[in-house]
Amino acid sequence: MSSRDPARIERYGAATRINHWIVAISFVLLALSGLALFHPALFWLTNLFGGGPWTRILHPFIGCFMVIAFLLLGMKLWRDNTLQRRDWIWLRKIGDVVNNREQNLPEVGRYNGGQKILFFTIIVCLACLLPSGIVIWRQYFSGYFSVDVVRLGALAHAFFGFVLICAIIVHIYAGIWVKGSIRAMTRGWVTPGWAWKHHRAWFREVTKGIQQR
Amino acid sequence: MALQSLDIVRRSATTLPSPEVRGAHTGQVAKLIDTTKCIGCKACQVACMEWNDLRDEIGTCTGHYENPADLSEHSWTLMRFAEYENPKGDLEWLIRKDGCMHCEDPGCLKACCGYCIAGCPFDIPRISKKDKKAYKCTLCSDRVAVGLEPACVKSCPTGAIVFGSKQDMTEHAQERIEDLKSRGFDQAGLYDPAGVGGTHVMYVLHHADQPRLYSGLPEKPRISPTVGLWKGATKPLALFAIVATAAIGFLHYIGIGPNETDEQDEEGARLEREKTS
Repeated sequence: MSSRDPARIERYGAATRINHWIVAISFVLLALSGLALFHPALFWLTNLFGGGPWTRILHPFIGCFMVIAFLLLGMKLWRDNTLQRRDWIWLRKIGDVVNNREQNLPEVGRYNGGQKILFFTIIVCLACLLPSGIVIWRQYFSGYFSVDVVRLGALAHAFFGFVLICAIIVHIYAGIWVKGSIRAMTRGWVTPGWAWKHHRAWFREVTKGIQQR
Repeated sequence: MALQSLDIVRRSATTLPSPEVRGAHTGQVAKLIDTTKCIGCKACQVACMEWNDLRDEIGTCTGHYENPADLSEHSWTLMRFAEYENPKGDLEWLIRKDGCMHCEDPGCLKACCGYCIAGCPFDIPRISKKDKKAYKCTLCSDRVAVGLEPACVKSCPTGAIVFGSKQDMTEHAQERIEDLKSRGFDQAGLYDPAGVGGTHVMYVLHHADQPRLYSGLPEKPRISPTVGLWKGATKPLALFAIVATAAIGFLHYIGIGPNETDEQDEEGARLEREKTS
C-alpha cells in the first residue's frame, strides 16, 4: 500500500492496527470468560478455556494484558479524541446520524462525537474494571481487602464489564454499518470519498499536506 | 431419619431445577448447639479433625483459649471463647462452637464460583493456599447419609451438641430455653436466623437478645444486598440489555441499512482536492 496512491488515504499504520487487534482479541476472550462466570446459563462458555477453574485462572491475566495493550493504543489516540464543540452538535443530531443523513451533520475531524464518547467510555470502564478486578482476584489480592470491599468489587466489576460489552457491541456494529471502516482497521487505508463523507475536516487536513499521523 | 441427604437440593452455576421429587418428608436435619451446656473441651474440634482427616498447623499461643486462632481450610470447626461481664458484675464465659451454619438460603452458593467467601454472612468458608479450593464443614454428609450423627455430635461429652430432625431439635431447644429461663436467663433463646431462611446448625444462647456477645455471632445475618444485587437482578437484566444492544444493531442494519460511500462521494472528494491543490 502506498499513501501516495491518490485512491487511498492512510488511516491507521501497521503498528496501530496490530495494537488494536491485540486489544480486540483480548477483549473477546475476556467477554466470553467473563460472561461464563457471570451467568449460569453461559457457564458452558468455560469449555472454551479448559473448564471452570481454568477460566477463573486465565480471565484476570488476560485482563491485565488487555489493559496494558489498551494503554498503548489509548495514548496514541488520545489527542484526536478530545471532545470539541462540533462533537456535541454532532451528538445532538444523533437522529441524522443513525438515518445516514450526513448532509445535516457538522464537519467531523479524525473521529466523530460517537467515537470519542466510546473512547472515554472504554477508559472509564477499564479504570473501574482494573481495580475492582484486583480486589476480587482471590488468589493474590482478595485477602488484603475486607469482605464488604470484595462484595462491592464483584458488583462493580460485573456492572462495568456489562457496560463495556454493550459499548463494544455498538463499536463493532458501527464498523459493520459504515462500510469501509473495517478495511481501515484491517488494511489501514480508506478511499478519499470515505474520508470526505465521514471525516471531512480530517480529509482536508490530510489532503492539504498537513503531516499525517 | 431421612437418608437421602446426599441428594442435591441446590447447585450453583445452573438455572435449571435440581431433582425435587424426593423430599425430606420425615423432616430436614439440624444440629443444635447448646452454648449453655458447652464446657469448651474441644472434643468436637478433635473429632472433626479425625473424621475428616484434617490436620491444621500447630500454631502459637495468642493469649486466649482459641486454638487455632481462626477457622481454616484445615479447621472446619472452632471453639470461640468470649468473656462477658454481665450487668450484675459477674463474669460469664461464653463459648461457641463456630462453623458452617448450613443456611437454608446459602449466600456462599449464591455467590459461587470462587466468591463463596464474599457471599457467606457468617465468614465461614476458607480457601486453601495449596489448591485454591474452598473448604468448610460438610455437616458430615458422609456420616449422615448412612444414618450416623456428625462426628462433633458423637464426641460431645456434655450433650451440648445434638443432631436430629430440625423439628425435634427445635422442640428440644424449647425445653432447654424453658429450663434456662427458670434459672434466671430471661433472654435465653434459640438462634435460627430467619434472614437466611433459617439454619441447619442452631444455637441455644443464654443471651439470645445479644448474639454479638458470642464472639461476634451476627445479630440479623442475611445475604449482603450487594451480593443479592450482583447475583440477583443484574444477571437477567444485563444479559437482556446485551442481547437487546446487538438486536438493535441488527434491526438498524435491516431497517435503515449500511452507510456506503458511493461514486458521488468520491467525486466530491476529487473536486475538493482539486480546489485546494
